[in-house]
Amino acid sequence: MATCINEMKLTIPSKSSNESYARVAVSAFAAQLDPGIDELADIRTAVSEAVTNCIIHAYKEKPGNIIISTKLYDNMLIIKIRDSGCGIEDVNKAMEPLYTTGGDERAGLGFAVMQSFMDNVIVKSTPGKGTIVTMEKKLRPKINREKHSDE
Amino acid sequence: MIITYKDNILTAYLKGEIDHHTAKIMREEIDPKIERYKPKLLVLDFGKVTFMDSSGVGLALGRYRLISQYNGQMRVDNTQPYIKKVMKLAGVDRISSFEGQHDNEKQTDNIENKEKVEKEG
Repeated sequence: MATCINEMKLTIPSKSSNESYARVAVSAFAAQLDPGIDELADIRTAVSEAVTNCIIHAYKEKPGNIIISTKLYDNMLIIKIRDSGCGIEDVNKAMEPLYTTGGDERAGLGFAVMQSFMDNVIVKSTPGKGTIVTMEKKLRPKINREKHSDE
Repeated sequence: MIITYKDNILTAYLKGEIDHHTAKIMREEIDPKIERYKPKLLVLDFGKVTFMDSSGVGLALGRYRLISQYNGQMRVDNTQPYIKKVMKLAGVDRISSFEGQHDNEKQTDNIENKEKVEKEG
């Protein structure tokens, strides 16, 4: 494993008004690696999904803490989003696209977005204890980033 | 957000970031207008949307369900590439046009074409 260049840790209460802050905080931190605009957009979106899951599902819109940690490597970052909420009984089922327990207004795409926008997503959950979502994003070598940013 | 109604078309010009928090606020503004006007076509214009996660897909699907109850149709307009990327995961492109339209004449053509396509489909 490559050397960790920098890391951050952030604890926020599970308020929906913090969804915006969480994704902006992680992407501002990741900006140190000088990622492409599209890569930053992917990171913001994936973080938004994971944090929203904590708020809606883990804590069921009730108060709780969400811990976000991010580690930066040369051409990669690892983001961990952890809650101490209700946990997920069946992680495979929860990760199926379009499956949701969130009602009509939820598309059931949270994990699908994380998986498609990030390179690796690992979900560890213990019912009654909480969930840790670990997401890895490999960044394109710097020399290639500029020309792909418009895609 | 600006919402306009003209010639049986209700257009919601969505603005800013769409996540679980803001989608709820937008929904609460749009739905009373749908119920009041029962338009033939609902247009969700994403031109001024700077960020969207899957909550935006939920917003679009939820409004599509509601407008369908009144036998109306829905179209999404002016989706930036990062918005399309999220929409495509849900196959929302199957219920709505992805074409960005800027002038009204072209827009009308597009609605007619879209209706034809949906009848054929």
